[in-house]
Amino acid sequence: MLSIRNIVKQYAGHRALSDVSLEVESGQIFGLLGPNGAGKTSLIRIVNQITAPDSGEIYFNGERLNQSHIERIGYLPEERGLYKKMEIGEQMIYLARLKGLSRAEAQKRLKFWFEKLEMETWWKKKIEELSKGMQQKAQFVATVLHEPDLIILDEPFSGFDPVNAEQIKDEILELNKKGATILFSTHRMESVEELCDAIALIHKSHKILDGKVKHIRNSYRNETYFIEYTGQQIAFDGNQPFELVSETHADDGSHTIKIKLKGENNSNDVLQYLIPKARVNMLQEVIPSMHEIFIEKVNLNSTGHE
Amino acid sequence: MNKVLLIIQREYLTRVRKKSFIIMIFVVPLLLFIMGVVIKMVAENSDKLSSLQTVNVIDKSGDFANKFHDVTNVKFTYALTDLKSSKQLLKDSEGISILYIPVNYLQKDSVQIFSKKKASIPLSEEIEKQISDIAFSNNLVKHHIDTALLRNIKRANISVNAIEISDKGDKNANIGPNILIGIACAILIYISLFIYGGQVMRGVIEEKTNRIIEVVISSVKPFQLMLGKIIGVGLVGLTQFGAWIILSVISTKIAGHAFNSPASPMTSALAVLQTIPFGYIMGCFIFYFLSGYLLYAALFAAVGSAVDSETETQQFMFPITMPLLFTYILSVSVLFRAPDSPLAVWLSIIPFTAPVAMMVRIPFGPPPWQVALSMGLMVIGFLFTTYVAARIYRVGVLMYGKKASYKELAKWFFYKE
Repeated sequence: MLSIRNIVKQYAGHRALSDVSLEVESGQIFGLLGPNGAGKTSLIRIVNQITAPDSGEIYFNGERLNQSHIERIGYLPEERGLYKKMEIGEQMIYLARLKGLSRAEAQKRLKFWFEKLEMETWWKKKIEELSKGMQQKAQFVATVLHEPDLIILDEPFSGFDPVNAEQIKDEILELNKKGATILFSTHRMESVEELCDAIALIHKSHKILDGKVKHIRNSYRNETYFIEYTGQQIAFDGNQPFELVSETHADDGSHTIKIKLKGENNSNDVLQYLIPKARVNMLQEVIPSMHEIFIEKVNLNSTGHE
Repeated sequence: MNKVLLIIQREYLTRVRKKSFIIMIFVVPLLLFIMGVVIKMVAENSDKLSSLQTVNVIDKSGDFANKFHDVTNVKFTYALTDLKSSKQLLKDSEGISILYIPVNYLQKDSVQIFSKKKASIPLSEEIEKQISDIAFSNNLVKHHIDTALLRNIKRANISVNAIEISDKGDKNANIGPNILIGIACAILIYISLFIYGGQVMRGVIEEKTNRIIEVVISSVKPFQLMLGKIIGVGLVGLTQFGAWIILSVISTKIAGHAFNSPASPMTSALAVLQTIPFGYIMGCFIFYFLSGYLLYAALFAAVGSAVDSETETQQFMFPITMPLLFTYILSVSVLFRAPDSPLAVWLSIIPFTAPVAMMVRIPFGPPPWQVALSMGLMVIGFLFTTYVAARIYRVGVLMYGKKASYKELAKWFFYKE
């Protein structure tokens, strides 16, 4: 769908993107992660052809990215904004027509969206008469009205209250189900695991990690488990097939331990060791969250790079 | 190109639909209309007396007995002789006044008019004229000059007609109205360049501070947006002028009918309009308004793109407004007196000053090659400023929080895409 190859973007005084390459597959929800100022917005602007890279190429469905692709991309910038004094209905139609839609078609689709998101009464209102959350909703509609194949959202959930954020998230998932590819940037990790099929992590202008979320998390497994057992507290003497990382003891006689496998051992070896000693209630592998991977990677690169 | 049309449409419609625009369309001609009516009323009131005035002449010198002649609404009588009692008598009567002529009436301010209200200017003018004539005749008689003969020798009435020598034969150059029309056009262009240039600038700042700019230029190129805005606002300006001209013509026609006096200043101004090549001047006016507007609006757009709010525009506005202000001041003070001086010629050829300076010169009929050169340079000028402005604009609209300096602007100009 979108192939970003060796993009370099230099601004006076600092480098925004150094040799960044990414592959976004059709139908994916792709998360572009990174701390503030990493270069996410620069990359998104380049994909939207707002600015041009110093070097590198971008391909859209196999074609070199050009002006004709604008109509197939929908873009919600991080800093939202609409004409304050213009009526919403008219404004949405104007923006859709700039994306190549006819007036009649824009009107029809707008009606659909306004009904769907319970905004019917807003048509004649001016943006300045709406609350911040309502403005965001209107802007989201403006982004997707022309039914783009690729929807690019820069920090889509910032500024929404939890109810509206949930509604927008559902809309994004639904659009994705209908076939739209989603590329969104965020520095909030909670949304990533829920939504993203694949991610790329950008830090200080470099891409430091990318791939499918499942693969990344699997590759960051470090054989750590949570175990809960009841019965007599076990005294670990060092002969067990794992290292004890931490343990807690509850009043009701249950004990929770966090362990890390030792040598060639696996979870079965752990159970075999524990079962004669106590009743095991739970054994769960601890897979690092994207948040932890993110922090680890960023910290590693902050000290390692430059 | 289709998208530029869309942008033009939006820029135009959002502005002409504003209440303030519609109000302005009617307020300006209405003001002109009221001004015309007031001027006419003042002119007419001072032209003639509105009601009958009786003047009692008390002549102590004896030189003026029965020599005043009645005119419209002014009657002279000689019934009274004593000033004191007459004053008492007429204290409460309207429309009657006393003209007191002392023996030594040639002394300054010795002749007096008494009445309940202060005598109107036309009345005292009429009396002054008659009393001077009578005194003059009396003097002639005193010095044994034949007054009958003198009256037959008519005073020659000669006016000076300014004729311009040109290849196409001499032509009548009615200088007075030319100056007025030239200066009026120059002032109108000067003011409208600021009004509509300022609107472009505010529009750019609005889009930038609203952050809608990023949405729009993910759909169109920055240059298309800038061009659409400039053309849209320019059309608003033309609409406004068009509406004003039509309404003004109608309102002066109505004003002319309502007060049908041939000598009013309005009708004489209209008559003058027909004697000069009105179409040529209007054509030049529209050309210089449009080309000047395009030239300056591009610069205003670039300034708008470089700042985050209107208060920051000051440092960039100065060099833009300087040449205009400079030419404007020269135009209304010096240029119209010397429309063919080297200064006037140069100012009317340099694109930044030409729209104002050339309009002052146009009614005097400058050489065609100078007009052609000036117009050609105007076109090159606005293409040039549009090119420069577009390069600054495309970078500027995406820059936030950075205080732009001239050095910064130069850097933006040289940015690749």
